[in-house]
Amino acid sequence: MDPSLIDWSRAQFALTAMYHWLFVPLTLGLGVIMGIMETIYVVRGDEYWRRLTQFWMKIFGVNFAVGVATGLILEFEFGTNWSNYSWLVGDIFGAPLAIEGILAFFMESTFIAVMYFGWDKVSKRFHLASTWLTTLGATISAWWILVANAWMQYPVGMTFNPDTVRNEMSSLGSFFTVAFSPMAVTKFCHTVMSGWLTGAVVVVGISAWYLVRHREERFARSSMLVGSIFGLVACALVMLTGDTSGVIVGKTQPMKLAAFEGLEDGSEHAPLTLVGDLKVPNMLTILATHQWTGFVPGINDILNGGYKLPDSTLALSAEEKMSHGAIALDALTQYRTAKAEGSTEKVEDLRAKLQENLPYFGYGHIKDKKDLVPPVGLLFWSFRIMVGLGSLFCLVFVLIIVLQYRKKLTRWPLLLNVSTWCIPLVYICSQAGWICAEVGRQPWAIQDLLPVNAAVSALQSSSVRVTFFIFLLIFTLLLVAELGILFRVVKKGPQIEEATPQNT
Amino acid sequence: MITYDFLQQYWWFLISLLGGLLVFLLFVQGGNSIYQSLSYDETSRRMMINSTGRKWEFTFTTLVTFGGAFFASFPLFYSTSFGGAYWLWMLILVSFVLQAVSYEFQSKMGNVLGKRGYRLLLQLNGFMGPFLLGATVATFFTGSEFTVNQFRLSEIGNPIVSIWNSPWHGLEALANPWNVVLGLAVFFLARVLALQYFINNLRDEVLESRATVRLVGETALFLVFFLAFLGRLLTMEGLAVDPAGIMKPEPYKYFFNLIQQPVVLVLFLVGVALVLYGTLRTILSKTFRRGIWFSGTGTVLTVTALFLLAGWNGTCYYPSSIDPNSSLHLSNSCASMPTLQVMSIVSLLIPFVLAYIFYCWRAIDRKPITREELDREKHLY
Repeated sequence: MDPSLIDWSRAQFALTAMYHWLFVPLTLGLGVIMGIMETIYVVRGDEYWRRLTQFWMKIFGVNFAVGVATGLILEFEFGTNWSNYSWLVGDIFGAPLAIEGILAFFMESTFIAVMYFGWDKVSKRFHLASTWLTTLGATISAWWILVANAWMQYPVGMTFNPDTVRNEMSSLGSFFTVAFSPMAVTKFCHTVMSGWLTGAVVVVGISAWYLVRHREERFARSSMLVGSIFGLVACALVMLTGDTSGVIVGKTQPMKLAAFEGLEDGSEHAPLTLVGDLKVPNMLTILATHQWTGFVPGINDILNGGYKLPDSTLALSAEEKMSHGAIALDALTQYRTAKAEGSTEKVEDLRAKLQENLPYFGYGHIKDKKDLVPPVGLLFWSFRIMVGLGSLFCLVFVLIIVLQYRKKLTRWPLLLNVSTWCIPLVYICSQAGWICAEVGRQPWAIQDLLPVNAAVSALQSSSVRVTFFIFLLIFTLLLVAELGILFRVVKKGPQIEEATPQNT
Repeated sequence: MITYDFLQQYWWFLISLLGGLLVFLLFVQGGNSIYQSLSYDETSRRMMINSTGRKWEFTFTTLVTFGGAFFASFPLFYSTSFGGAYWLWMLILVSFVLQAVSYEFQSKMGNVLGKRGYRLLLQLNGFMGPFLLGATVATFFTGSEFTVNQFRLSEIGNPIVSIWNSPWHGLEALANPWNVVLGLAVFFLARVLALQYFINNLRDEVLESRATVRLVGETALFLVFFLAFLGRLLTMEGLAVDPAGIMKPEPYKYFFNLIQQPVVLVLFLVGVALVLYGTLRTILSKTFRRGIWFSGTGTVLTVTALFLLAGWNGTCYYPSSIDPNSSLHLSNSCASMPTLQVMSIVSLLIPFVLAYIFYCWRAIDRKPITREELDREKHLY
């Protein structure tokens, strides 16, 4: 296998996923904010709130189109670039993807048409329902794709079938094990709520921009009120689900957690590193185990094994896992021959041997134990950027709510400017979060079962390199175009004050 | 009793139905390829772009669902075809991606490429999308160069299950004239449907009269390519698979598939008749505007029947031209029983999905698009 093929395939998928993740969070968050605003319009019957909703819908529409476009590529890249992966896990991964299409995409694409073109064609309530259903469709879509993603991080509910050489859903009930695994539920909540946070930051940031310039003041204050309250709620939920995520990652992907912390050697009272030598004693143990005392393994512990796992067994070393993996692969090869020979007893022996070593199946394709360590520096800083910026947004929302309540918001231009600067920061924050989740999983396409070097399609490296640059060009062009349009829309403003009588 | 075999057949039916719906919804692409030559001023162009612009998401979503459903129900096809015919699929995807933003961006200030740039991309998708999809579907009958061996997964260093033999990775399909013929048939069908859709959805005398005239030529071209492919299909050899999984070539396989499956035969004949009825009546009657519904339904039925010919009745739906034993049929490429069961339960919601699509579509299209409506509408492309 050409190593550059793996690198380019990873680069292309990362490029697509990261661009896609630039647009999706705003869709999720702004969708809810638009829904709240339109609900106020329908309840109060005030035309002002309709125009306010329509302004944010303009931004939603431009952003939505690029999200849809990048999403299409992402779905098909599972097949084009990761064909082995598609076969090995298609039986489990494909089902959420198909359900996403049937249930979520059609809901989104149908009701978004009513949302944009139905203002004067359908009743107020039907229109409101369409706005909420568009957002609901996007959120359900996120649910299923995150179920699939969570399964890659924490594969459950499947059985390896040596006859078809793939993982298959164990039973009808195991679908629910996949769909509602703790990893899936937490990942969904954390990711979707981070999208809400993004939407809130964008709404508050743009409104602050108007307030600093003394433009569209009524519109800006209304939007800011909705955005900041919604944002603060989202912040709290993101923190809560982030904490739960930490515990689950500690249990299921200890290497990822060790890389987040740059933790070489573990301990019973592991400290949390803030930056450099600044550490909070025992805090990592508390966050990762929710207990005062508990062993958090470091990178060396995980590679060397020998520490006690939560179930009181001893952790295997990387070499032992690789050896078990090689046995599993060898058993699979022999299984085929035995099956062809019709040797029932041998077939059963090999099947048992395969099952016994199956938890380490993927380690058979690992050449060097160093490959099991993800890029620590990148993860260490991504994690801190994510948490640090998240805390900043929380503080900004609290201050804005307090100052709005005291009617002193415009006396704090610095805060308003910071709010606007939070817009690029929230994107950096969500990209950092995505890096934590996905780079932290390396070298695994599916944790412990399939490393990326055994998951790729048999293509020429040069082909993937060419498509990488084609997508880079297209996505960058789309991003620049989107930003160009959004800047114009914001600069022009909603012009509500001129158009709507002040009847509230 | 719902057996594994039944679920495989059922899911091939759903894939076929999705394929049929996708080809019908390609009227959006047909409109993109034809609007420039059909228009007579900027407003007429905008009318057509806004007309298809309110439907592009349906085509896009159906394409995504088609891919997702294939992934879930026949994962070996997904991994073999997408990972192998890499360039063919990439061209299709790029053309659809560019289309997705072109509607929304074209009339907005600050869009970098300008209105003409985005319209050019719409046209590119209009020409490339239907043709390439048609050519790709043709490989379900004409075959591709690949081998499949799941046990290669245990080979350390080179664990690749599906290997594509041609270095062109899918582009070689365009060297087979019969793939090109079906590609052109789908391309002209998309334009035939688009013209009938415009006649139904727009109120502009000049446009309607131009569309009717164009319909004659486009229908003639569609029929030439469609009948040529059909003739070839019904006389060509197919790869049959018996219940034990033994595959062997069989002369006139698709012809026999048609006559041995009366349901498919009826679907096919009714489909073709509806397309012809809708199209011919639109051409002959100046007041008849509902041709798209007849032709659209006919397209769905005909394309569904063609997919069923490819996969039902013990047929390899994705034949390998270099190693017949690597060919894919329903039972060697499908998902496991529990996965098919779960998805089958979910598929019971499809009628509900179709019902709300129908309801919303009607709500939006209750009033045809006119020049006056474009002046009033706030969300314009």
